[in-house]
Amino acid sequence: MNLNAHRTMQLYGALLLLPAALLLSTFAYLPTITTVINSLFLPGFRGEPAAFVGLDNYRVLLDDPTFWKVARNNLLYALGTIPTSIALALGMALFVNGKLPGRGLVRMAYFTPTILPMIAAANIWMFFYAPQIGLFNKLLGALGVSGVNWLGDPSVALGSVIVMSVWKEAGFFMIFYLAALQAIPPELKEAADLEGTRRWSFFWRVTFPLLMPTTLFVLINALINAVRVVDHLFILTKGGPNNATNLLLYYVYENAFSFFDRTMAATITVVILLVLAVVATLKFTILDRRTHYQ
Amino acid sequence: MPQQPQIRLQSVSKHWGATTAVNDISFDIQPGQFVILLGPSGCGKSTTLRMIAGLEEASGGKIHIGQQDVTHLPPGDRGLSMVFQSYALFPHLSVADNIVFGLRSRKVAKSEQRERLAKVAELVDLTDYLHRKPAQLSGGQRQRVALARAIISEHPICLMDEPLSNLDARLRSDMRREIKALQSRLNMTVVYVTHDQVEAMSMGDRVILMQQGHIVQDGTPDELYNQPASAFAASFIGSPAMNLLPLVLGEQGAVIEGEPTTPVAPMEAAGGQLGVRPEDIELRPASEAGIPAQVLSDEYLGADTIAHIAVGNHTVRVRLSGKQALSGKPCKLYWTPDSAHLFDQQGLRQQALAPLALPASHRSVPRPPAVGSFQH
Repeated sequence: MNLNAHRTMQLYGALLLLPAALLLSTFAYLPTITTVINSLFLPGFRGEPAAFVGLDNYRVLLDDPTFWKVARNNLLYALGTIPTSIALALGMALFVNGKLPGRGLVRMAYFTPTILPMIAAANIWMFFYAPQIGLFNKLLGALGVSGVNWLGDPSVALGSVIVMSVWKEAGFFMIFYLAALQAIPPELKEAADLEGTRRWSFFWRVTFPLLMPTTLFVLINALINAVRVVDHLFILTKGGPNNATNLLLYYVYENAFSFFDRTMAATITVVILLVLAVVATLKFTILDRRTHYQ
Repeated sequence: MPQQPQIRLQSVSKHWGATTAVNDISFDIQPGQFVILLGPSGCGKSTTLRMIAGLEEASGGKIHIGQQDVTHLPPGDRGLSMVFQSYALFPHLSVADNIVFGLRSRKVAKSEQRERLAKVAELVDLTDYLHRKPAQLSGGQRQRVALARAIISEHPICLMDEPLSNLDARLRSDMRREIKALQSRLNMTVVYVTHDQVEAMSMGDRVILMQQGHIVQDGTPDELYNQPASAFAASFIGSPAMNLLPLVLGEQGAVIEGEPTTPVAPMEAAGGQLGVRPEDIELRPASEAGIPAQVLSDEYLGADTIAHIAVGNHTVRVRLSGKQALSGKPCKLYWTPDSAHLFDQQGLRQQALAPLALPASHRSVPRPPAVGSFQH
């Protein structure tokens, strides 16, 4: 009787888990496993079965100079976007959390880039970056400075992509910081004021540590975004010129759907997953210890 | 010769748009005084405290601390500390770091910080908890951390904004005594905001009672209890509150509404109110002299019983000692003229008029004024 009741409860629990488990396995776990398997085989030609090649695909990948270039680009992209967008988000959040006229309007303005679809935003920035008619070069021209080919010059193009990404991301992260700032009781500031604590000192000793959980969350998100975001490359550069702005996921896409090299695409995907997993684990273990959760 | 006041408020006001929170109040606080700002919520007491602290800027008037005009000075330059209702502890810092937070802001040397921390932790009994985070402390311990943070700064003035209202009743009475003891030991000037008249009566050297942004009465707890300046002050101090009975014109003087047989005050008092504290009313058997009344119900509280008694159109509360079951019985009420208070139509105390003496007892020997004498 008792055992039966226990079984019923277990069945009940399993049924509750079923929808999520079904969705996750169909769209996350199963593809991950098949990707790993794909990366270990070479497809057979003319109906021959796929041949198991072990880690050969990985060896080929590591010998591919384009892969290293793309990986380096992605690292630069991450280094360029993550700290900048987080710092900017925090700055904007602090600004609009204070007393200022038209606060709601400023908040909305900061958040607008986030609600724009990436494709639309990239199209807007195309007009900013366009060599002859673009906004930036027009402005520079007005100052008598000759323009830059923002997206065509291999030495500038990645930077241009980074700037646009920061513009797009910062507003999104700001919302998290703003929510966290509003959860900090105002008495803390008053208590610090009574002791003559300077604004800057209060920020580093109280506000910033109390925002640490948010920073950690935003950091992980920013990292995932740095590897995940490809849509703006379709519009802005298509990875060019000469792979100067090619990023890992876009390279995966190219391999899979332009070069029809599914195996290589699967191999790169597995590498990306591994790197992300390692970095996320490191962040959580190291930063979590220093983070105060309320 | 009076000392130089430590805190002086001159016609201080605070407005937010059209609403006035504090309206033209003035008072002086002497060094070492424990002053209570008392009043119901929304009376402006917290705003007054925050203006002294500098957390709100006064809309008008002047605030002096010592010799200095601090009206426009930032809070950190006023030389005072404050204990907040929510304690305002930094949740990510240990107890020790919370306590020395202000010393670090003021760049006090590390060695001195440690010395002062040890001393203060001892004083508030927190030595064993210095490494804990606030979340790992009980309410009372958090309260002590907040106190320690105020004490360690060694400012002569400490402001407290309802510091005990988040504690349970038992802890509250312990902390009342502790705060009072600390204050007299360290000879601090304390301005203490509360809406709890028990805290005001038991802790204050002086109580400033506020209502709607004005000061109603400013005096010792004794004065507030025995000579309330208005019907509001009378009803705010004491538990249960003073009975306030409307007076109407009778044949030989003012009488309680609905009870025309016994005059209780001179003619001129009619239209105003008569106030008698529940503990000052004597309950007598119906056969004796006094104001005829009827017991409606009684509330047994342990040490005493509160009887609700109908007199005329009104109900009075009478405090009787011990347990007494009196419901439904007719009786007589009696009080001495000096324990009754008269208030005019505006609720202000009438100094010129004295309540009338009630008809004395048939017995020539006056009975002891002990409460609850009904059972003899």
